[in-house]
Amino acid sequence: MSDAQSAFRPQPEVPPRRTFLRQAGAFTAASLLLAACGDDDDPEPTPAPTSFELPTGDAGLVSYLFLLERFSADFYQRVLATPAPDLSAADLAVLRDIYRHELMHRDLLASVIKENSLVSDLGVSSLVAFEFNYGTFALTSRQGVLAAARTIEDLGAAALCGAVQLFSSAVYIQLVTRLTATESRHSAAVRDLLQPGSFAAAEVVPNTGADAGFGLALAPAAVLTELSKYTALPITGNGLPTT
Amino acid sequence: MDLFKLISEIEKVDPEVYDRFDSRRRVFKHFGTMGKAVTAATLPALFSGLFTRAYGQTGTLPAEIAAVLNLALQLEYLEFYFYDTGLKSANLIPAAERPGIEKIRNDESGHIKVLRGALGSQAFSQTDPPVTAFDYTGGGRFPDVFTNQATYFGVAQGFVDTGVRAYKGGAPVLMPNKDLLEAALNIHSVEARHSSHIRSIRRGSPGAMPDMNNLNQKPKSWISGTDNGGSAPPTTTPIYGPGTPATGGATDIFFPAESNITQAGVNIQTNTTGVAITVAGASESFDEPLDANTVKSIARLFRAPGNTVLFA
Repeated sequence: MSDAQSAFRPQPEVPPRRTFLRQAGAFTAASLLLAACGDDDDPEPTPAPTSFELPTGDAGLVSYLFLLERFSADFYQRVLATPAPDLSAADLAVLRDIYRHELMHRDLLASVIKENSLVSDLGVSSLVAFEFNYGTFALTSRQGVLAAARTIEDLGAAALCGAVQLFSSAVYIQLVTRLTATESRHSAAVRDLLQPGSFAAAEVVPNTGADAGFGLALAPAAVLTELSKYTALPITGNGLPTT
Repeated sequence: MDLFKLISEIEKVDPEVYDRFDSRRRVFKHFGTMGKAVTAATLPALFSGLFTRAYGQTGTLPAEIAAVLNLALQLEYLEFYFYDTGLKSANLIPAAERPGIEKIRNDESGHIKVLRGALGSQAFSQTDPPVTAFDYTGGGRFPDVFTNQATYFGVAQGFVDTGVRAYKGGAPVLMPNKDLLEAALNIHSVEARHSSHIRSIRRGSPGAMPDMNNLNQKPKSWISGTDNGGSAPPTTTPIYGPGTPATGGATDIFFPAESNITQAGVNIQTNTTGVAITVAGASESFDEPLDANTVKSIARLFRAPGNTVLFA
């Protein structure tokens, strides 16, 4: 590890005391929520659902973005391995570019996780071993491939818009802003390929109201719900920052 | 404590409470996402944060934050009038491209509204500057900007690409105010969408092939290297070049050229597994920020002669 790389350690590991307080807070929240359910005084203790829980804090956010980049990189790898026959040369050039960008994002975030020991070794192998299932997408036609890519890029752009300010470290915020523009360019490019002029259509950039001109932003919880549709094991991030 | 009940109580004495938040939807978004983490201990912090956001900005924004937002606001006016004038110019924008350009113009109008709202009395001008405050010929460099389609979209690409870099450059200053940071980075993502679209128009259509040997005329939807200097070098070259400072350590704030391939101290070309990555390809995957002074020196070319207020 070079000096420059080891210097990229903007945030120390969460101190044990903070972790303890966080856990104590979660227990309190659970009891408050249960207490609030007046007509259900006697809740059955239910076993924890089988899910993959992301780490907390900035480490959790980097892991979250890493999983999203893996999700999109794996998708393009699959699409480009057996391309739909009616994709044009220009379509394929765009998809290949995006594939490479996602690989670079994925591997850079992996390096950041590793060099800063953001998650445990076990956690790293879990993040890398995650398998995504793209079966719900119709990938045998241009229309199907581009519609799937649009879904994935819209999700990625909205996820970054919702996540970037949640980091506590200024260094991560700066890094992630550099990703945000590229993902938004992807979303716009794929949208224009599928339907010319839809680069900033109302479902991604509202036309009216207080949010007019603002890109759709999704909180990690909403994104993970969406992402979990493509995984055998649901991914949760209860310890991720929300403000 | 019932959060929603409290808000509705406040509504009785302050009907505009929802306007003080970004919008009704966002109030509930804040509460909704907080749901699981809300405890008796975190409630006071939640409330003070929320209400500082809603009511605290009647005070004065720190000068450096106001400066970032005012530069952004001036760039939005530059863009708004550019698209608006283009749409009003006969035989300039092809019919097929009009809805897209109208969408971009309207997005800029939304950005102006939000930036004005955040700045209040600290806005650089309390009234909209007139269109005549700008000189879209760039001091005579683009004399046919509103009569020649190629010139028009070339200048447009320069504006959107400058905007994307400017918002990113302002992020470190806005960090103390997460709401302003969120808004600015969100606008930045929309500017990136606009850039992608303008670039696809310039290469012929969204499905036209870019030309790596002629990125000036047939660019990709993303910035490749320094894009060969942009649509009209040397005038547009600084838009893709380095800012000040141009170099720094992995955790420093610096503004490399768009051709940069090192992120977080890691060479992303050699760091990437699976496929071979070219230097140009490596530069495409991350957009770079630009500092305020460099942005201003680019934008000053487009203010009317004698105007000393804009991009000062």
